Amino acid sequence: MSARLPVGGRLIDRNFPQRFTFNGRHMLGYSGDTLASALLANDQMLMGRSFKYHRPRGVVGSGAEEPNALLTIGTGPSTEPNQRATQTELFDGLTSRSQNHWPSLEFDIGILNNYAARLLPAGFYYKTFIHPRAAWKHVFEPIIRQSAGLGPAPQQRDGDVYEQAYAFCDVLVVGGGIAGLQAALSAATAGATVILLEQSPHWGGRAPVDGDVIDGNPAIDWINATVTALLAMPNATLRLRTGAVGVYDHGYILAAERLNDHAPSPDQPRQRLWRIRAGRTITAAGAIERGLSFAGNDIPGVMLASALRDYVVNYAVSAGDRTVIVTNNDDAYLTAIALHRAGLSVPAVIDARVDVTGDLPQQAGALGIRILAGRGVAKVKGSRRVTGVEVCLAAGEGTVLETIECDCIAMSGGHSPVVHLYSHCGGKVMWDEAASMFRPDTARPPTGADGAAMVLAAGASNGYLTAAEALPDAAAAGAKAAAEMGHKGQTAKTAKADARNDGAILPIWIMPQAASITARAKMWLDYQSDVKVSDVQLAAREGYESVEHTKRYTTLGMATDQGKLSNINGLAVLSQALHKDIPSVGTTTFRPPYTPVTFGTLAGEARGDIFQPLRRTPMHHLHEGQSAYFEPVGLWRRPYCFPRLGENHGQAVIREVKNTRTNVGLLDASTLGKIIVKGPDAGKFLDMLYTGVMSSLPIGKCRYGLMCNEQGFLSDDGVVARLSEDTFLCHTTSGGADRIHAWMEDWLQCEWWDWRVYTANVTEQYAQIAVVGPKARDVLQALGGMDVSKDALPFMGWSEGTLGGFPVRIYRISFSGELSYEIAVPAGHGAALWAALAQAGEGHGMMPYGTEALHVLRAEKGFIMIGDETDGTVIPQDLNLGWAISKKKPDYLGKRGQMRTYLASDTRWKLAGFETLDGSVVPDGAYIIADGVNANGQRNTQGRVTSTYFSPTLGRGIAMGLIAGGLTRLGDVVEFNTIAGGTVKARVIDPVFYDKEGAKQDV
Amino acid sequence: MLTLTCPYCGIRACETELSPGYEAHLKRFGPTSTDEEFEVYMFARKNPKGVHFERWRHTYGCGKWFLAARCTATLEVFGTYPAQVSQPPADIIAAIIKKRPDWKGYA
Repeated sequence: MSARLPVGGRLIDRNFPQRFTFNGRHMLGYSGDTLASALLANDQMLMGRSFKYHRPRGVVGSGAEEPNALLTIGTGPSTEPNQRATQTELFDGLTSRSQNHWPSLEFDIGILNNYAARLLPAGFYYKTFIHPRAAWKHVFEPIIRQSAGLGPAPQQRDGDVYEQAYAFCDVLVVGGGIAGLQAALSAATAGATVILLEQSPHWGGRAPVDGDVIDGNPAIDWINATVTALLAMPNATLRLRTGAVGVYDHGYILAAERLNDHAPSPDQPRQRLWRIRAGRTITAAGAIERGLSFAGNDIPGVMLASALRDYVVNYAVSAGDRTVIVTNNDDAYLTAIALHRAGLSVPAVIDARVDVTGDLPQQAGALGIRILAGRGVAKVKGSRRVTGVEVCLAAGEGTVLETIECDCIAMSGGHSPVVHLYSHCGGKVMWDEAASMFRPDTARPPTGADGAAMVLAAGASNGYLTAAEALPDAAAAGAKAAAEMGHKGQTAKTAKADARNDGAILPIWIMPQAASITARAKMWLDYQSDVKVSDVQLAAREGYESVEHTKRYTTLGMATDQGKLSNINGLAVLSQALHKDIPSVGTTTFRPPYTPVTFGTLAGEARGDIFQPLRRTPMHHLHEGQSAYFEPVGLWRRPYCFPRLGENHGQAVIREVKNTRTNVGLLDASTLGKIIVKGPDAGKFLDMLYTGVMSSLPIGKCRYGLMCNEQGFLSDDGVVARLSEDTFLCHTTSGGADRIHAWMEDWLQCEWWDWRVYTANVTEQYAQIAVVGPKARDVLQALGGMDVSKDALPFMGWSEGTLGGFPVRIYRISFSGELSYEIAVPAGHGAALWAALAQAGEGHGMMPYGTEALHVLRAEKGFIMIGDETDGTVIPQDLNLGWAISKKKPDYLGKRGQMRTYLASDTRWKLAGFETLDGSVVPDGAYIIADGVNANGQRNTQGRVTSTYFSPTLGRGIAMGLIAGGLTRLGDVVEFNTIAGGTVKARVIDPVFYDKEGAKQDV
Repeated sequence: MLTLTCPYCGIRACETELSPGYEAHLKRFGPTSTDEEFEVYMFARKNPKGVHFERWRHTYGCGKWFLAARCTATLEVFGTYPAQVSQPPADIIAAIIKKRPDWKGYA
């Protein structure tokens, strides 16, 4: 059993007990514990179930590499699934639950998958996709969805708050172990601004656990002194509990800081995302120990040697009374020595190497620990907990030489430098044959804007695994990074660690090397997603030679730990199966994030009401007062309609349309784009931008214009008013203002930079209100101050003056077919003018109307709407807008594109109107069907609907659409498909359904 | 997330402040051009692996369009310069040659 030792534990404080729960059971830990160490202290080795086979899983590691101990922390709005117990700091009141089991962790019905493991081989998903087809949908998918998975997503909204911050530095150091501290000290002493990040709550990393001696004293003395020195330097910033997430282009680094995960507080952000720009980044992220592949290596109680050492030294937690060490290297002997010193039993060290000569094995031998050289593990005994181990020859087939009783196994297959951050942005790794590891290839680093290496690796993450090697490497990296950023000040002292003489590691990927297939099917590589040695070998036999393909086929390394534990072992097994060497098989790609980041941290403050900026017109609050129903139009919110008591939206729209046609309506048109184009060459410029001629527009007049892109496709439309000889006001669509302004600037700055024109987007400087309907003139006259008669202000004219005391510009333009005045006023007057107009209109039956009535009114008149009649593949000629295209101009943007044979063809679908024979409304998005089927067996089409509405004015459904032949088809009866599956018959008619002569707007 | 220095306002801008405008130094072909010329203008992008000239706009800064010479493979930036030129200026070419002696222009 696992338990708390009576003394020791360098990180825990026994004066501060912390109460917590696990699956509803109350437990006690100490301040400084991780959740994993506290669970072990309460004899809770079983912490989860595996993804596929639901095998019982205990904790394996003590840090970011942990694949098994994934728990759901918290309840209600602060629930967070899949948290690594090894990195979760214990606090008083913590609640935790295990995952992926039913009905309970101890008894899980899903374990049945384990006994059917032969039926769930590598590539199981792919194979079941293929045949039989029906089985996937009806059999496999429902079963897998039920049984495979991690923690369930929280049901409630995330109740925590998060924040984001920016930081800049010359040198960012990732990792607060001795290498990181030395690198930061060297860089900061040279004069560089330095940020040092450490993912855990403690400085110093593994050195204190491993018993390193620095400058003649225990490592912790040097660590404390160095942290103190760095804290005193104004150019150094140190952050604990902050893990680098990823390295991106040009020295951009994301890091996640845990502010209150360990001390929940409702008033403070839970996590903070740092967006850092660093001149140079030094990764001193250490190395992660690998497991060994022997049969039964996933049974709870089998752990990484380094993790066992951590639990004993840091937390005074023993994972078991009798621990057998299995290794191929010297480092694991540190665990044997640490356990022995803690008074625990180490019956044997099973060392695959025949020659065991290093300092550490000699120390262990001197302590009386039995060393079995050249031996391996034939099989681990036990099911839900290790009960013993069968020993065999490492080089043999697995004949059992002896059986050793134990309740814990510490395994070490060597260390893998953490090369993730070095690799995220293009850095390459190289295989170090002697050390059996991939280490950063300093000849192929990730490069930054200056073309030089922007990431430097240091210490263990650079392949220098011992303190004696790591410290000088880190000092050099720190000084180099600072110098490259122009800081060549003082040189920091390089700390000196006692060297030790290590024996060489023996690369060993399968134990024993000639293990039977039965044994290989019990050797786990990826614990979380249940990938075994036999699965990788099967993939190789089935032709998966690429490591990237094998990863996806077997799911090796696709779990939440992203293969931190399993990848190297897995690709070594693959390379053996393919009879290739490891470098030629290579690694899979390292991608951010290094460890999973919670969504809330990435979203930061940008959620809820401030997810996006919201644009409100100056009259927005008045619309709210009239219980407007708003719809989003880009970032704007516009009233869709103004429903009255007892009305639904459809009824409100009908009322608004009818009232506008018979009395007068009021529309907030402030969102309309307004761009001033001014200068001696403004007319010439607009002649290039619009398909029509604008330079001939008289001052005081308005003209409708179309804008196309260079391909010839219609991109925006609107009315242009000439304000003076050299000044035009271009109206754009509500959604198009920013885009069209940018488009104008593009041509002025990059193509016609010698034209004397400037532009200003004044959309938000003006409120604009349309007064629309037969009684519109009466309303304006009631306000008084301007002559708005037909003679003084004719259709398509504009005038400036004072209306009811407001400084206004009035445009006689109409998007409804009615008598219409669009009144622009400085934005600050918008609300007051709206109120004044509403009051003036009271005796005339005036009502406000929204965007849906606007759409219906324009569709009844056959006016096109950008985004409805256009979709980026429609040219003005398709919409019968040839009248708005100048035949005389030698050039305009889009003219050459429209000359292309396909666009000039008369077979294109063209605009027409449609009236259903039964008066119903054609469904949105419906196609006009044609005879026969195409090569895919789909029904042929001859057109589609672009706008479709119920017309209150006509009392039936009307539609605009594109149809082969366009207006030559007048009178034809065609069929639109419907969502229900049938068709609806409609007659092709002219798209101007109402007042074809335009008599009503020109009065 | 590239950083590019705006040649107008001198700010070293993060990519979030910028809008991309794709290949620089395109020659516009209008209504008198042949189909082949227009096709090249519209569609035939060089898309090199290596030295490239691009248009960028400092949208959330000074609003100006500028041009950048950079390596698409390593993301190295050789320089940025105003957009009002029809070919890269001599100092930009010199900066490229210095770092990429074998560069012969667009192949």
